[in-house]
This record gives sequence, C-alpha cells and structure tokens, in this order.
Amino acid sequence: MIKNQMTSLQRVMATLGHNEADRVPFFLLATMHGAKELGMSIKEYFSKPENVVEGQLKLRAKYRHDCIYNFYYAPIEIEAWGGEVIYSDDGPPNSGAPFIRSFDDIKKLQAPLIDEVPCLKKVLKSTQILKEKIGDDAPIIGVVMSPFSLPIMQMGFDKYIELMYEAPDLFNILITINEEFCIRWANAQLKAGATAICYFDPVSSTTISTKEMYLKTGFKIAKRTIGRIDGPTATHMASGRCLPIVENLIQTGTAVLGVSWQEDVRQLKTVCQNKISVLGNLNGVEMRRWTPEKAEEEVKKAISKAGSGGGFILSDNHGEIPFQVPDDVLMAISEAVHKWGQYPLHWLSDYRQTR
Amino acid sequence: MMNVVNDFMQALLNVDRLLAKKIIDDHVSIMHPIQLIEDIVVVALERIGTGWQDGTYALSQVYMSGRICEEVVDTILPPSDPDRKDQPKMAICVLSDHHKLGKTIVYSLLRASGFELLDFDIVEVNDMVARVKEQKIKILLISVLMLPSALKIKKVKKIFKDEGLDTKIIVGGAPFRFDDQLWQEVGADAMCETASEAVSVVHNLMECVS
Ligand code: B12
Repeated sequence: MIKNQMTSLQRVMATLGHNEADRVPFFLLATMHGAKELGMSIKEYFSKPENVVEGQLKLRAKYRHDCIYNFYYAPIEIEAWGGEVIYSDDGPPNSGAPFIRSFDDIKKLQAPLIDEVPCLKKVLKSTQILKEKIGDDAPIIGVVMSPFSLPIMQMGFDKYIELMYEAPDLFNILITINEEFCIRWANAQLKAGATAICYFDPVSSTTISTKEMYLKTGFKIAKRTIGRIDGPTATHMASGRCLPIVENLIQTGTAVLGVSWQEDVRQLKTVCQNKISVLGNLNGVEMRRWTPEKAEEEVKKAISKAGSGGGFILSDNHGEIPFQVPDDVLMAISEAVHKWGQYPLHWLSDYRQTR
Repeated sequence: MMNVVNDFMQALLNVDRLLAKKIIDDHVSIMHPIQLIEDIVVVALERIGTGWQDGTYALSQVYMSGRICEEVVDTILPPSDPDRKDQPKMAICVLSDHHKLGKTIVYSLLRASGFELLDFDIVEVNDMVARVKEQKIKILLISVLMLPSALKIKKVKKIFKDEGLDTKIIVGGAPFRFDDQLWQEVGADAMCETASEAVSVVHNLMECVS
C-alpha cells in the first residue's frame, strides 16, 4: 500500500494495529460546531438527524480529520428514559432534575426499548445516512454512557454515592438494568452502521474512584458490558485520570483509551504500548483561548510524546470540543497534525534536543 | 493528637458514622468545640481532600466524610451557636448547572469546619444577584460544572461592579481546574482546586472583608 494514499479508516486501522500509518490519525470530536457550520441554534441542530449528518460532513471536509462523530449529547440517554434535557445557546444540552427521586424508584425502573424512543431513533437515522455517504472511507464513532456513569444523570451524583454505600442491593439492580440498556444501545448503533462505540466511563477514572473501588465496580461492569458489545470499543475517561488502572482497562477488552490532559501522555503511551491505543489529550477547556501558534505547539508536543510506533490518535481529552473554541484554533490543530504527524517522525530527535 | 486525627480519618474513609461520632464525643468533654473542630475535623478533612487530588482517596470518600463531619459538628456546635463563624455573611450556590455535588461538598466542609453559610442552591445570574443584595452577602461561593456557566460569572461580576457591591467571589468546579487563568478572566477574587482549600481561602477573605 502506498502510504500517503491511505483512507482515514486504513490510517486508523494501521494505528490500532500498533503500526505507523502515513500519519498520526486525527479525531476532531466536535459536536456543537456542526450547528455553527449550519448557522442554526444547538437545539435546532440536534432536532433532525439530517442536520447532524450535514454538520459532520461539513466539519470533516473543513478540518480533514479521520472520523465521523455521531455523538449528540450525553443526556440524550436521559431523554430516552423520560428525563429532562435543558438546552443552552452556547453549550451542550444538560440533564435536568434527576428522574430517580428515591431509592425505591429503582425497583420500578425499566430500560427503554431502543426502537420505541424517538431521540435514539434520530441517532440511528444519522448513523445510517452517514454510513451510506461515508462507506469505508472513515470510521463512524457511536457513543454510549457506561452503565456505571449513567446514574449520575439518572439520580444525581450525591444520591448515587449514597446508594453505593447505603443500598448496595439497589445499586446492583440499577447497574443490571443499565447494562442491558447500554448493550442494546451500543449494538443498535453498530447495526445502523457505526464502526466502533465510544464507552464513556469517567466514574471509573481515578479522578472519581480509587483503584480498589474500581476493581470492585466499574471494572467488572465494563468487562461484562464490553464483552457483549458486538464491535470494537474505545473507553473514554472524559478527561478523568487513569494511569493506575491502565492494565485493568486493557483487561476489559477495549481497543482504545481516551485520556486526560492532567496526565503525561508519554507515560500513558509507555504503559499502553502495543497493548491498547491512546486517544488524546489536548485540553479542550483551555483551547478556547489558544492562539494558532499555541495550538501548533501543543499538537507537536503530544505527537512527540506519544506518536512513535503508532497506537496513538490525536484528539482533545474529553471527547467533545467546547462550543467556545474558535474555528481558527481547530484549523491550526488540523494543519499541525497534517504537517507534524507525517510518519516517519524525522523531526523528533531535533525537537527533543531543544526541549 | 496525631493518633486521634488518624483514627478519625480512618473512620471517615470507612464511612463509619458511629465510630466517627464516638471519637468526637470522647473528646468533647476535654476540648472546646471550636478547638476540637480545628484540630481534628478540619485536619482530617483537609488530608482527605489532598488525598483525593493525588488519587489516594475516592471522591465518594470526600463526599461521605463531609456529610458525616457536618452531622457530627452540628451536634457539638448547633447552627445557631454563637461560636459559629457566620460573619461576614456568606452564601454558596451553583450557577446554572444541575450538578450539586461540588457545592454540597464545599457546604458540608465549611459547616463541619465551624462556619455558617446560606445555601442558594441552583440559581441564574439575576436571581443570584437579587439574593446577594437582599441578604447582604459579603462572600459568595460559586460552583459550576460547565464552561458556559463559568463564563456567566463575568456577568455577575459586572453587575456587582455597576451596582457598587463589594461582595467577594470565590469560584470552583471542573472548568477552573482545566484552565488555571479562567478564575481571573471571569473576575473572581479566589479559586479553589478542591473543596478543602475553601476553608483557608474563606479565612483569608474574611480578614480582608471584616
Ligand atoms: C464524571 C463526569 C461526567 C459524568 C457526570 C457528570 C455530572 N456531574 O453530571 C457524565 C459521563 C454523565 C458526564 C456528562 C457530561 N459532561 Co462531564 N465530566 C465528568 C468529569 C470527569 C467529572 C465531573 C464531576 O462530577 N466531578 C466531581 C465533582 C464533585 O467535582 P467538581 O464539581 O469539580 O468539584 C470539586 C472541586 O472542583 C471543588 N469545587 C466545586 N465547586 C466548588 C465551588 C467552590 C466555591 C469551591 C471552593 C470549590 C469547589 O470541590 C469538589 C470536591 O473537591 C469532568 C472532568 C473532570 N476531570 O473533572 C467532566 C466535565 C465536567 N464534563 C463536561 C461536559 C461538557 C459534559 C457533557 C455536557 C458532555 C455532553 N456534551 O453531553 C455531559 C453533561 C452532563 C450532564 N450532567 O448533563 C466538561 C465541562 C466543561 C465544558 N467543556 O463545558 C468537563 C469538565 C470535561 C472537560 N474537561 O471538558 N460527565
């Protein structure tokens, strides 16, 4: 294969096989920027699958990145369970007041059926159209919240912690229901044409849980859930830390790990080398006030630390670019990956010497 | 004293309410409540907070410790006790976001450290300003989860300035931990990375305000 004629999908597959492709793959995990491209409000944008399709295609044409990100917003899963979603003009929709109001509500809880829920059908529809349009040119990434992280939006973080300590039986019931939902939701997206599923699980990160707790909870849940998802998965810490649990995350069977800017990506790459690919780790929140020069420098820094030998995809560290990040910064990031991400990374030895 | 702090901290980390309460009860006859709070409760909570930041303890342990301490401290120093540090007047709120955990932790920690403060819960800018004026709040603690909510603090600051209010603003929450210049950009007077830092930051600001 001639290296610089790789499609995005070939490039990503080569990287996931821990080989150097023609260049470092670049995932621009932008959601709301699609609305900006289409000149519509965030609420209107997410109301129709066709908008998301057009937004994602426009973004890819503009920034030349290596995936399609069919992610709407995390609380869409809450909407599916009958919960409230609050839209905003300049940020992602958020979940409103929790719909599990007392521990007892868990006993009556039933997971929604995917094809009976309009908001989820919308997501499946855009997956299908995107697959028709993109074919095998680029991977289409679908998204699920992990059964272990979803309860924060279902019942509120404080009540969820109290549940873990005070009612472990009900905690287990809730997790079982959520696992069934998560597996169904992931598999429906794969069936509709998604190439892989991003499993968002920040509650497992060491920002929230200790390793000891993780091994008893999030780890087992992920192992069971990922084992029943009929396609490749990427586990995303949503900018939470994970260095102490990398070995365990690998054991869950996931292929990619989305990591935080709060950890050194060189160190992460070293523990992950040839075992699991690393996705990350530009700081999206800070990106809002980067200059194009700063963006280029940050891209170089990340590639210099984690690019060698493949197994690395450049992206932000959260799995979503904040709405406030200016287009010229995103453009500078894209140009920098296209310039400095070409394999082999000849510039590395000089670059390292000057640091 | 070191042993007592260690035992108390272990009880908190194990979410053992009864043991935590017993340790405090055993000392209340030999120590003044304020001294007991400062030498045992605050020290233990600070260590747990630091331990969360370096990954030793879980967020759930930080939260449950705060709740237990708040309950225990309420029994030895009731909300109306004149020894409670309630001057200058303080309040805490969440701006816009439906995420109360950060605020609840800070609120519990401050109350467990002998402070008294109002809880405005989730508010929008105008409502918040109205309540600050009505209650004559001198120190306002704001917690956010989302970046757009953090940016809204600029509006709060502007209104305070335009209306000549000298209320100090302390901010915290995830966006501030991801951008270390954001707190200054939005016009806050101080920022805390963790809830346990709030105790010393509030102490410092109290001296400036009173
Ligand atoms: C766990 C998590 C999730 C969970 C649930 C989060 C929740 N609480 O609702 C899930 C997976 C569901 C999720 C979803 C989303 N998330 Co999220 N998530 C996180 C994560 C990893 C931790 C957040 C958390 O709850 N921490 C625990 C609380 C207690 O911590 P805290 O609020 O920071 O409080 C501590 C301190 O900051 C301090 N503190 C807090 N307030 C105050 C106030 C004062 C005065 C003081 C002194 C101290 C203080 O005390 C606390 C204890 O020490 C963060 C990233 C990170 N590494 O922190 C992203 C993060 C919060 N998420 C983010 C976003 C955008 C989202 C989504 C909107 C994504 C989407 N498009 O759908 C959704 C919306 C969720 C919703 N509720 O509707 C962004 C927000 C910033 C931004 N970009 O705008 C973050 C920061 C990620 C990032 N790096 O960009 N998320």
